[in-house]
Amino acid sequence: MHTLSVAELSKSLKNKEFSSVELTQHYLDRINRSDLNAFITVTDELALSQARAADAKLANGSGSVLTGIPFAHKDIFCTKGVKTSAGSKILDPFISPYDATLSHKLNIENMVMLGKTNMDEFAMGSSNENSFYGPVKNPWNKKMVPGGSSGGSAAAVAGRLSPFATGTDTGGSIRQPSSLCGITGIKPTYGRVSRYGMIAYASSLDQAGPMTQTAEDAALVLNAIAGFDEKDSTSALRDVPDYTKSLRDSIKGLKIGIPKEFFSDGLDSSVEKVITESMKEFEAMGAELQQISLPNSAYAIPTYYIIAPCECSSNLSRLDGVRYGYRCKDPKDLNDLYLRSRSEGFGDEVKRRIMIGTYALSAGYYDAYYLKAQKVRQLISEDFKKAFQNVDIIMGPVSPTTAFELGAIKDPVSMYLADIYTLSANLAGLPGMSIPAGFSNNLPVGLQMIGNYWSEEVLLNAAHQFQTQTDWHSVLPENI
Amino acid sequence: MSLNKEQVKEIAQLAKLSINDSEIEQSTIELNNILSLMAELGEIETDHVEPMAHPLEMSQRLREDVVSEADLSEEFQAIAPKTGKQHFLVPTVIE
Repeated sequence: MHTLSVAELSKSLKNKEFSSVELTQHYLDRINRSDLNAFITVTDELALSQARAADAKLANGSGSVLTGIPFAHKDIFCTKGVKTSAGSKILDPFISPYDATLSHKLNIENMVMLGKTNMDEFAMGSSNENSFYGPVKNPWNKKMVPGGSSGGSAAAVAGRLSPFATGTDTGGSIRQPSSLCGITGIKPTYGRVSRYGMIAYASSLDQAGPMTQTAEDAALVLNAIAGFDEKDSTSALRDVPDYTKSLRDSIKGLKIGIPKEFFSDGLDSSVEKVITESMKEFEAMGAELQQISLPNSAYAIPTYYIIAPCECSSNLSRLDGVRYGYRCKDPKDLNDLYLRSRSEGFGDEVKRRIMIGTYALSAGYYDAYYLKAQKVRQLISEDFKKAFQNVDIIMGPVSPTTAFELGAIKDPVSMYLADIYTLSANLAGLPGMSIPAGFSNNLPVGLQMIGNYWSEEVLLNAAHQFQTQTDWHSVLPENI
Repeated sequence: MSLNKEQVKEIAQLAKLSINDSEIEQSTIELNNILSLMAELGEIETDHVEPMAHPLEMSQRLREDVVSEADLSEEFQAIAPKTGKQHFLVPTVIE
């Protein structure tokens, strides 16, 4: 049953082919046998009790399409009574006293949380090597990284330890691990999914979304999690369409823009080949390709790596060892308490970004860094606005390479460069997606699709149509 | 712009992070590498560009000032490292 999609599992549960308890136990057994390190916490007992409740709902016919479906929850979403660590030592003792809105929304569907997935500390990283709980292995090749920061979620879905997982994407953290692990992931438009209870990294960039096997599953999950939330002041007051409605529409005449900047020197030629082949597939389905330019997109890296650290240095200042989380032993005074709790609690990359943000926001440097970056952010965003006057969707690679070896990239700046194609969608606030498009050296390659604001339907429709013509999304790693 | 070790120590102080002598060398190099990456933005002319603080053109929503949450102080204190008499406790600041 672990090779079935959410849509298929939903039908099987309705038809009583198996119960949610049986399904949940099957996944828990798979998780307990797995050596991927995809989970920080496995919530066996909670999962089975949620599954029993779901079975009761299903038995009396009051369940929804998602009732009884197990999922893996990124450990960045607060879950009442369950450890919520954000991959950090400083939150290792943190048992959340409340649910994130996204957690709550999945709970009211009577879904089953299998556990909390591993991630780069506070979602800062592109390889999942920055986790206090150790790196996650890529199910396609256990010597390789799964990508990050939602690496545990991506590995859990690719390794079929969960039918789907939740993720968050601040600079590519849903799309890049989805690409490197060969799954489908969507980062919705900024403001589409509530950020309440989602531990903040960079508040003007963070957005949550589903990581699934198929575009159809992504639509089903997005239906449940999207929408206005009074508790998130940046949540958008807009109606949410039924994302499954338009999946089957023809994409004949869909105008696809291919930004020449996304095929720059750093792009691996075998990745480029896969992307080019997938464009031909879209052309065969009646879509029209045209080259476009996003002239400022190369500046997305320095822009992002100023804005995100600035926001994080502010957001993470609340982690001070006073009200929750880790506190150092025997602080001699208040300053010592702050200094040691934070220094012992945060990992290297988090400290680096806090330092960069603190510097960039400090007196005398604000204009040169933060204000400058906000202006370039505007230019990057305007490039997209111009492009979307002529095209419906933008496509290109997600990542310049396939999954790289664990430990291979040690220099922080080199790691940042791997985010080149994903950052600009976050800076502009646009929805983006990664779908499996082929393989290079037996490792998955993801195709990135970026849509206009609130055009998740267009992305999901194009992705679903691609998945009716190709089977890259259903190829499994060995021994699954 | 390049930072020296003293400046890195100062930034660490501002960020309430301690940095020991064995780490300072490496941290200074790494931070300077990141800053040189950022210097690329100097190439772009932005004199007449409005800064973009946020992706959506939205204004801050207001609501009636009414109580919306139950009193959860006990639950919030239960997870704190040290509490007493409904306060979060830290080492004595003023004798």
